[in-house]
Amino acid sequence: MEQVQLTLTVNGTRYSRPVEPRCLLSDFIRHDLGLTGTHVGCEHGVCGMCTVLIDGQTARTCLTFAVQVDGAEITTVEALGTPAKLHPLQQAFWEKHGLQCGYCTPAMLLTAVELLNNNPNPTRNEICEAMSANLCRCTGYQTIVDAVESAAAAMKGEAR
Amino acid sequence: MKPAPFQYVRASSIDDALAGLAGHGDDAKVLAGGQSLIALMNLRLVRPAVLVDINRLSDLAYIRQENGTLAIGALTRQSAVESSDVIARLCPLMAEAIRFVGHRPIRNRGTVGGNLAHADPTSELPAVAVALGATFVTRSQKGQRTIAADDFFVAPLSTTLASNELLTEVRIPVWPAGQGWAFMEVSPRAGDYALVGVAATLRAADGVCQSGRLVYSGVGPRPIRVAKAEQALVGCSSGEATFREVAEIAAGQVEPSSDFHATADYRRDLVRALTRRALMVALDRCQKGA
Repeated sequence: MEQVQLTLTVNGTRYSRPVEPRCLLSDFIRHDLGLTGTHVGCEHGVCGMCTVLIDGQTARTCLTFAVQVDGAEITTVEALGTPAKLHPLQQAFWEKHGLQCGYCTPAMLLTAVELLNNNPNPTRNEICEAMSANLCRCTGYQTIVDAVESAAAAMKGEAR
Repeated sequence: MKPAPFQYVRASSIDDALAGLAGHGDDAKVLAGGQSLIALMNLRLVRPAVLVDINRLSDLAYIRQENGTLAIGALTRQSAVESSDVIARLCPLMAEAIRFVGHRPIRNRGTVGGNLAHADPTSELPAVAVALGATFVTRSQKGQRTIAADDFFVAPLSTTLASNELLTEVRIPVWPAGQGWAFMEVSPRAGDYALVGVAATLRAADGVCQSGRLVYSGVGPRPIRVAKAEQALVGCSSGEATFREVAEIAAGQVEPSSDFHATADYRRDLVRALTRRALMVALDRCQKGA
């Protein structure tokens, strides 16, 4: 099987691996790099679970071949915070019960990271619109929106 | 791994991409954002033998004004259109429609050219392109040609683009002063495929409609322009009474089909409601612009 040499940076670490062209970025991140924080759901671009940041922008890794992002910088949920020092969004998801089973949480967090980067002061409607990119079958979404609202306020407080 | 194996060609120039496409017929596909193609490949609904990756062709990603024309490179990401001041100023109809294309993560990867070349009849940009009389510039090893948007879309996922041809640019006349616009659609959930959408433009002065365009997505095999409804606008008083009549004509002219998501009758009703609402918004913008 034809393989292509792929070099990219994930969470600040540079990796160089041979990959099959048909290898999805989601599978590369999980199987080749062992970073299982990125979840896979529908694997055809509907559910949003596999969302990561490619060069700072959200993208669905099940709709991206690894070979397409040669040279790119990828950020996955593993880069956000640590158990000892949670990212403000993680802290807010915890406090506001923004998760139950946790399957959609990595995607929700990274979607919220992009939203707050572009728009530190989102309205509740803007939060709903952004977060609607990902399906959640547990929470009913309201607590997720609460969490993003709360994190936005906390992050502004930090900046002051 | 979900997709079937394929030969991967990473193009480093347009000529490179054209060479990659040549000689493979329909077995070769262009890989731009991949937001529709890879989904179809994951489901193995398509199995191209060769993928020509054009993501390195950064000279195909641009939005610029050239005399009276807005030129958009085929590899321009949809999110770049969304945040472009030039698009907001020179093509507000596209600025409004682009936000309905999938979700932000889709628009970050998905391209303008890919969306148009994919030719999904429920998609927003094809309807916008037809409504605005866009021209598509294509390249093959034989040279360059231009295709009017009206002649480009043939059937679901089918265009007049040849298999060895690359869509390189979309050209749209710069927005005429005083022209109103609206893009509206109805979908089960925000970001889903729309049931019906409408791209509308309107020019009116002194309480009289001068001209308008009405193009619909989701009611046929391609974007459907309803000339009879457009003609019914001309010379009539600009207001809800006229728009109701025009909406009735449009609803009578379209021939939507029924499927799992909605009946033909419901789609026809959406055409009626969206036409009236879109023309009201377009009129308001027309008056504010004048």
